[in-house]
Amino acid sequence: MSPEEERIKVPERSPEERVNDFHEVPLGYTPEQAMEEAQRCLECAKSPCIGGCPVEIDIPKFVKQIADGEFQEALETLKEFNCIPAITGRVCPQEEQCEEVCVMGNVGDPINIGKLERFVADYARENDLEETPEIEETKEERVAIVGSGPSGVTCAAMLAQNGYQVTIFEALHEPGGVLKYGIPEFRLPNDVIDHELEYLDELGVEMRMNRIVGQNIELKELKDEHDAIYVATGAGSPRFLGFEGEDLKGVYSANEFLTRINLMKAYKFPEYDTPITDMEKVGVIGAGNVAMDAARSALRMGAESHILYRRTTEWSPARDEEVEHAKQEGVQFDTLCNPKKFKGDEDGWLEEIVLYECELEEPGEDGRPSPTVLEDTEHSEEFDTAVIAIGQQPNKVFYENAEGVDVKEWGGIIIDEDTRMTTEEGVFAGGDAVSGAATVILAMGDGREAAKSIMEYLE
Amino acid sequence: MHKITEKERMNEEMTRIEVEAPLVAKKIKPGQFIVIRMHEKGERIPLTLYKKDEEEGTIQMIFQKVGKSTHELDTYEEGDEILDVVGPMGTAAEIKDYGTVVCIGGGVGTPEVFPLAKALKEAGNEVIVVSGFRTKDLVICEPEIEQDACVDELHITTDDGSYGREGFTSHVLEELIESDKEIDLVHAVGPPIMMKVIADITEPHDIPTRVSLNSIMLDATGMCGSCRVEVGGDMKLACVDGPEFDAHEVNFEELMQRITMFEEKEEEALERWKEEHGGCCQ
Repeated sequence: MSPEEERIKVPERSPEERVNDFHEVPLGYTPEQAMEEAQRCLECAKSPCIGGCPVEIDIPKFVKQIADGEFQEALETLKEFNCIPAITGRVCPQEEQCEEVCVMGNVGDPINIGKLERFVADYARENDLEETPEIEETKEERVAIVGSGPSGVTCAAMLAQNGYQVTIFEALHEPGGVLKYGIPEFRLPNDVIDHELEYLDELGVEMRMNRIVGQNIELKELKDEHDAIYVATGAGSPRFLGFEGEDLKGVYSANEFLTRINLMKAYKFPEYDTPITDMEKVGVIGAGNVAMDAARSALRMGAESHILYRRTTEWSPARDEEVEHAKQEGVQFDTLCNPKKFKGDEDGWLEEIVLYECELEEPGEDGRPSPTVLEDTEHSEEFDTAVIAIGQQPNKVFYENAEGVDVKEWGGIIIDEDTRMTTEEGVFAGGDAVSGAATVILAMGDGREAAKSIMEYLE
Repeated sequence: MHKITEKERMNEEMTRIEVEAPLVAKKIKPGQFIVIRMHEKGERIPLTLYKKDEEEGTIQMIFQKVGKSTHELDTYEEGDEILDVVGPMGTAAEIKDYGTVVCIGGGVGTPEVFPLAKALKEAGNEVIVVSGFRTKDLVICEPEIEQDACVDELHITTDDGSYGREGFTSHVLEELIESDKEIDLVHAVGPPIMMKVIADITEPHDIPTRVSLNSIMLDATGMCGSCRVEVGGDMKLACVDGPEFDAHEVNFEELMQRITMFEEKEEEALERWKEEHGGCCQ
């Protein structure tokens, strides 16, 4: 490849250094690097990147603005579509979205759209660029948003920009939802999240913490005080495996493991009060992004860290970048490996995980090969900690107490595909609470679509 | 922020605080609990409700100094503020006229029995409270249960016999059963071993029995699974499915194992805290 066909490399901290702390891994572009990378854009006529983006950011426009050194303008372009670019620039799977369809990809590396997005947001934060948006004429209608994760804040921002009176109800003591409790700081620093959420404050969005809709405040109460409601409660409930020994000490759900470490900062125990158990060897069951986050967190807690996965790494649902980072840092990938049982000592502590080898069948309809367990391959391996990262599901606290809102058997909220309204008049829903567990950006896309629907509904 | 409007050291282990929390006061029912976080670096601590005053917008809790956080909470004085007070959490106890109900409180479980006994009495039940403590100096809530909750009988036990009956709450329950007292419901709140013993006593007599579990919780909103416990062969979350369960269905062995998970860490934190606050924890 000639130089212009190659991406400008993003500086990263070395694996040896970063595995010792929870600070961020990629360092981001300098202004010069960002301009150079942006100048690689062909400014093609079709701009397929826009269609590849779930929130339809005008990518060619902001990339051109970076190329021209117009960072303030680039920020304004981004914010028009996306209220939290510093976050999506870090956690979006760009390689499957905007960058996958980038025309430049046909002749070389696609434009590094994600890192450019991140650059603009970081540059704005570090240089105090003006981020306060213009608000359309103020309207009287009040909208309640349930949940302050990516879907909720996106919907809130768009409605507030359009003049609506918006209040977010968040169950935990801090805003951000999965961005805060789930995604570790080495991938998404909390101060970056907090800065991005300040934007909502500037838009006049009210945030109420510790409000658990369905638990200490009823949906009906929200309905009485608001003209429309957007439910973005996410998929915050852990799935368990249901096999023997899951109740042993040392066995965590990924949610518990990550919430202790991220939200409650157990990695700073005892400076922070919330503890996590000491760990020497951690087995993370699953191979998605959450599993990578858990495995890499375990390394940083000083443990030997293993991914236990039934398929081979190429079938991992995690982003390539996450798998790559995990490998660089020393996470061991035990693939074609199916855990079946946890064994404990007499005090109830995890001691061993019973594993079986697997082989892969031909890919099925979903394009993924299903693993077959080889019966005579049972063996045990010592682990003092296990993290179950096999997915999350919607939290029933909302839907079991939300009169009129129907859900599917697994708890996903049923919505009308066109109006995005639930079975209850004036109550809309989106994000993981509807889809199960997907990505930050898809949840944000839902938030935008829901905001449009809510505006139509309120007109 | 939630201001502490009253504080009383009831004895060397237990402290009562009253805090401003109008939303909680308005909604909380017997059987439900509260989560507090003292400050930015604090953990989320589940506490049970003792009293509430809807008009004043306050709630009262009695806690026992066990780990670092409760020792620290004990240093908070009237006028100090607690960062987060969240609730009500969990499901409310079913209050109706059962007939005769025996409410059993062990140690710091007794304050939780107070609103429960009161509500059950108001619902028309004959209410017998059995409340157990290690020793005389630790006995709390006696006049409140007797006079405010207006229960029909109150039996206090102490392990060392220094006050009330010598022995455990279970001994009183056994005697009540032996005396052919018709008991329609037993509700026990206390250490897991006490609740297990109570469950074992009532099961052969087919007396419906409820227990309020003190599992380890993190968020207490059904998000982490830390409080998972086997009830009737299924995995339940004490924070949102409970904290009350049918005592005869609970796997107490599992519960007793799991609540020790962070013991070592808790000791470490307490030791460190005591070193830093030399001698001020009395």
